[in-house]
Amino acid sequence: MSDVLVIGAGPAGLHAASRALDAGAEVTVLDAHDLVGGQFWRHLPDDRAAADEAQLHHGWKSFQQLRVRLEEHPRCRVLTGTEVWAIEPEEHGAAARVHALSGPSGALRREEVLLTPERLVLATGAHDRVLPFPGWDLPGVFSAGAAQALAKAERVAVGERVLVAGAGPFLLATAASLIATGATVVGVHEAAGPSALCRGWLSRPWELASSARKLTELAAYVTGHLRHRIPYVAGSAVIAAEGNGRVESVRVTRLDRDWRPVARTERDIAVDAVAVSHGFTPRLELAIAAGCAITADRFVAVDARQATTVPGVYAAGELTGIGGMALSAVEGAIAGLEAAGGVIPRQLLAERARQRAFAIRLERAHGIRPGWTDWLCDDTTICRCEDVPFGALSLTEGATQSLRAAKLSTRAGLGSCQGRTCGRTVEEILRQSPGLLGTTTTDQRPIAAPVRLGEFARE
Amino acid sequence: MVSRRMPPAADPTRPPSDVPITITLDGTPYTGTAGQTLAGVLLGAGRLSWRTSPGGASRGVFCGIGVCFDCIATVNDACDVRLCQRRAVDGDRVVSQGLDAPLPLRSAGTRPAHGVADV
Repeated sequence: MSDVLVIGAGPAGLHAASRALDAGAEVTVLDAHDLVGGQFWRHLPDDRAAADEAQLHHGWKSFQQLRVRLEEHPRCRVLTGTEVWAIEPEEHGAAARVHALSGPSGALRREEVLLTPERLVLATGAHDRVLPFPGWDLPGVFSAGAAQALAKAERVAVGERVLVAGAGPFLLATAASLIATGATVVGVHEAAGPSALCRGWLSRPWELASSARKLTELAAYVTGHLRHRIPYVAGSAVIAAEGNGRVESVRVTRLDRDWRPVARTERDIAVDAVAVSHGFTPRLELAIAAGCAITADRFVAVDARQATTVPGVYAAGELTGIGGMALSAVEGAIAGLEAAGGVIPRQLLAERARQRAFAIRLERAHGIRPGWTDWLCDDTTICRCEDVPFGALSLTEGATQSLRAAKLSTRAGLGSCQGRTCGRTVEEILRQSPGLLGTTTTDQRPIAAPVRLGEFARE
Repeated sequence: MVSRRMPPAADPTRPPSDVPITITLDGTPYTGTAGQTLAGVLLGAGRLSWRTSPGGASRGVFCGIGVCFDCIATVNDACDVRLCQRRAVDGDRVVSQGLDAPLPLRSAGTRPAHGVADV
């Protein structure tokens, strides 16, 4: 009997664990959050569970079934509130050495957990990518993921009049959650223009018919929006947030097809909050630490069986490409079966192919275009932790020579979040200046989570 | 008030009625319901920001999922706790962190020291 460790209890991780159990493995599922479900099924804790919580979620019933199965299965151990802070490659039969700490987030004395599984499935997911704009660091500007998490898991609306902006279908999900939490959504501003949306979504529509679940999800959002008469504006972006101590208004503008602001199209809209997301960044640090190869477009490289380049290590979900819940679920299922030595049914491979086609549409329609840097000003904050403005990155002598030079001379990416929030943006800004040397990225973080020196010294 | 928690009686998802808990931020009490995170209690009570950035700007919740560290504060004497990740317990004492906030540790100069390894 093989033993399988799954890191991450979102759609990919839960499906991986369930299928590994089917194939007879001993399974451990671990997640930093104290509830399973990941960001997609972020929910109220048990003692506050709502009677009709399903209306905030898609696939809620299948989540409940997965959760109960894993919690009750004799060969499964679910470790929530357990944060992996380092992974080391392992040579003696195990896939990796996994170091984690268990206990309330940020508590002084958490319990050490050391795991050396035969097989490891990485399902660490992704977080919002938010492109900076003047005033994006004002209180009241939230990532769309934050607005979602607060609505679903707290029943807190981030504002009363909220504008949702950025790119991708996630904006619709966010708007729906805000409405269900009592907020007024004053508009959804999608950066992709009508032609990009048509190219992505209306070409070869018969292919979409097979993604029935996805279409139902989108249709539910669209009818919800119509019912609430929320303006949906394509080819539009928030290019500034203004206010005294907190956001009071946003400036929106039309964008051209490369996401460059179109002159004289600005208008101001009064809001008390903004929820912004321009896509997702995979959480690669554990995969990199485990030694997995990364593709040119910065996802974990996997073969047809979701195997990474490290023997015994598999990856599934947003780590291997941004495609949403259904793709994550099927990749997780394949990875879990494979890790446990099971047989992969053909239907799973076909389902994955269909969902990957959907992911390609997503990128074609909503992928970030280079013109957005035109809305930055010299004093626009890029690195929120260290308050590094755009001007410092382009004006500091030597900053544009390499990422390392930029970090050391401006402190961008050196703060508490270790470049998770600004890293890709800093890279993109530096790449636009000629003469950038080196090909390093901001994804390497050997210490994957904050560890107190006391906890570290004990190791 | 801007951000706020939906009252259970008005909530279409029908959560149970509140089990009030009270925490303090720099001595000011904020009341939420059991099961919320510290950030959830503060936002739910209309408090948008509590940290001060190195440049003097106000910060509160930004990513909401433990990635950005904007919302860190000192909780019951432990510094650098991400409030969006930490469940609130009745009586929790939260102290804001920033340029002039008292901290258990300080490095040379004016910047607060972090309990986070700089890698």
